[in-house]
Amino acid sequence: MKPRPEVLGAGAFVALMAVAPLFLNAYQVDVLNSIGLYALLGLSLNLILGEAGLFNMGHAAFYAMGAYTAAILNTRYQIPILWTLPLSGAVAGAFALAVARPVVHLRGDYLLIVTIGVGEIVRIALVNDVFGITGGANGIFGIGRPRVFGYVIRRPEQFFYLIWGFVALSIFLFLRLKKSRFGRALNYLREDEVAAEGSGIDTAYYKLAAFGLGAAWAGMAGTLFAAKMTIISPESFSFWESVVLFMIVILGGAGSIAGVLLAAFLVVGLPEVFREFAGARMLVFGLVMMVMMIFRPQGLLPARGRRFPWVASAGALKQ
Amino acid sequence: MEEFFQQLTNGLAVGGIYALIALGYTMVYGVLKLINFAHGDLFTYGAYLGLTLLTSLALTDRLGFAAGVLVLALMVMGLVAVLGALLERAAYRPLRQSPRLSAVVSALGASIFLQNTLMLIYGARFQVYPDNILPAATLNIFGLYLPLMRVLIVLASVLMMVALYLFIQKTKIGTAIRAAAIDQDAARLMGIDVNRVIMLVFLVGPALGGIAGLMVGLYYGQINFTMGWVYGMKAFTAAILGGIGNIPGAMVGGLLLGVIEALGAAYISLAWKDAIAFCVLILILIVRPTGLLGERVADKV
Repeated sequence: MKPRPEVLGAGAFVALMAVAPLFLNAYQVDVLNSIGLYALLGLSLNLILGEAGLFNMGHAAFYAMGAYTAAILNTRYQIPILWTLPLSGAVAGAFALAVARPVVHLRGDYLLIVTIGVGEIVRIALVNDVFGITGGANGIFGIGRPRVFGYVIRRPEQFFYLIWGFVALSIFLFLRLKKSRFGRALNYLREDEVAAEGSGIDTAYYKLAAFGLGAAWAGMAGTLFAAKMTIISPESFSFWESVVLFMIVILGGAGSIAGVLLAAFLVVGLPEVFREFAGARMLVFGLVMMVMMIFRPQGLLPARGRRFPWVASAGALKQ
Repeated sequence: MEEFFQQLTNGLAVGGIYALIALGYTMVYGVLKLINFAHGDLFTYGAYLGLTLLTSLALTDRLGFAAGVLVLALMVMGLVAVLGALLERAAYRPLRQSPRLSAVVSALGASIFLQNTLMLIYGARFQVYPDNILPAATLNIFGLYLPLMRVLIVLASVLMMVALYLFIQKTKIGTAIRAAAIDQDAARLMGIDVNRVIMLVFLVGPALGGIAGLMVGLYYGQINFTMGWVYGMKAFTAAILGGIGNIPGAMVGGLLLGVIEALGAAYISLAWKDAIAFCVLILILIVRPTGLLGERVADKV
């Protein structure tokens, strides 16, 4: 039996990534780390926007929640940064649930506006040093380096394995989720909400679950971001961050994990390659968004529908 | 009390600007059911075009203050209207038959594109309107000393809103716009050229947005390429507050939001000023998504 091309491609990608730090300099590895973080965030947004079809353009708020939770716990209570992962995920997820609960029934474009509003309110709250713990516009600095089994992670290639290891774990889990009853329910919801509701799917529950889970994952990505940067400030979580994440999911193909990875490479990697045109980065984004919607609205690597072996054999029987 | 009235009139001036922008959102939404995210950026183009024309043509030197500003306003309105029509042609018309959310993404793309074009042309720094053009006079109205510009903005925006309202309600073209907003297919059957109606909406809305941009430039004196985003969001909030798709709603919503924001900034917290509008937006969508006078926006399942 011949292996399928996408399995071969995935294997080649994993092998290439595993040895990449051996051949690249520190700067290039650092770019790959940024790509990894964006891929992680893209995957988490993909659950909300891609799988469930909920237009969320405030994802940076959940990301910020996670990063700030981790930073505050680490700098105030000296909790090792990686230990804060579950808690920062939980805080981001709980925040998302609380925010999404009253608005999740809104029609697509209104949800988009509300999530933009939430993202801005969170950013303004951070700038205004809410509760006196976020450090205002300067943010929080002096976040401790992460330790894994007694090793301090400091150099870019060490972070590379930490971040991409987490990406690999996330991809595995999201693939499982996609194939599960839960994933199917989200897809059904995206395709036709009324039919989903009619088939006994509790739309409000699944929408909220998608929001909570995606936000929790973004929160954990925030922890990794805080650990990598050792300093965080509100400007890292601006509206444009949400736009870039949105762009990654739409460009890659909503609901497609391979698409999100590819788009993360393109959106984060290409501006690094074309440094001299860095100022035109957002201009190109905008243009690409317009052109994509007209000529290829399904994204670069669209998610393919699930294929069921028995359906194929039923077709064979008919012939 | 003096402080209160100063804030109130300031809120009315800012609210008038919001209302003018909100009219563009609400008209486009009324006819196409599309949130035109790029509308805020057309507003910014109004401000930048106003600055460029003002400094390069020296209109106020040649024609005097009143005539100069009037000619400037007409030029800005015309140019931004053309820009709005081009935007409709390039970004929205190809997506007329697509799912609505594709059009929303395209609108966002257009917004980012327009904004960054401005940045590449003018640079990222604040641009300053020359301050010697406008007479810095204050008017004494019932013992209140109000800057002339503030009074002019309130008067001009109310005048334009009334003109638009009469245009929509009383003229034949206005009737066609209203018909297309209610049911495009039926309007087409009645012999209305819906494409022309949409084009017209994309001329009138941006023209009003462009003049609002000019007003901001003249009122505050400095402009930035990203300001369209904040003003756009607030104007959109105003449109929702009044009930989207509803023209008098946008006027009421704009003025109300301006006053809420000015009083909130004065009596609650200046640092949280921008958050006030977003809180209003979220509250109104939770509590009364139809707005004060408008259509329903939530899915009913």
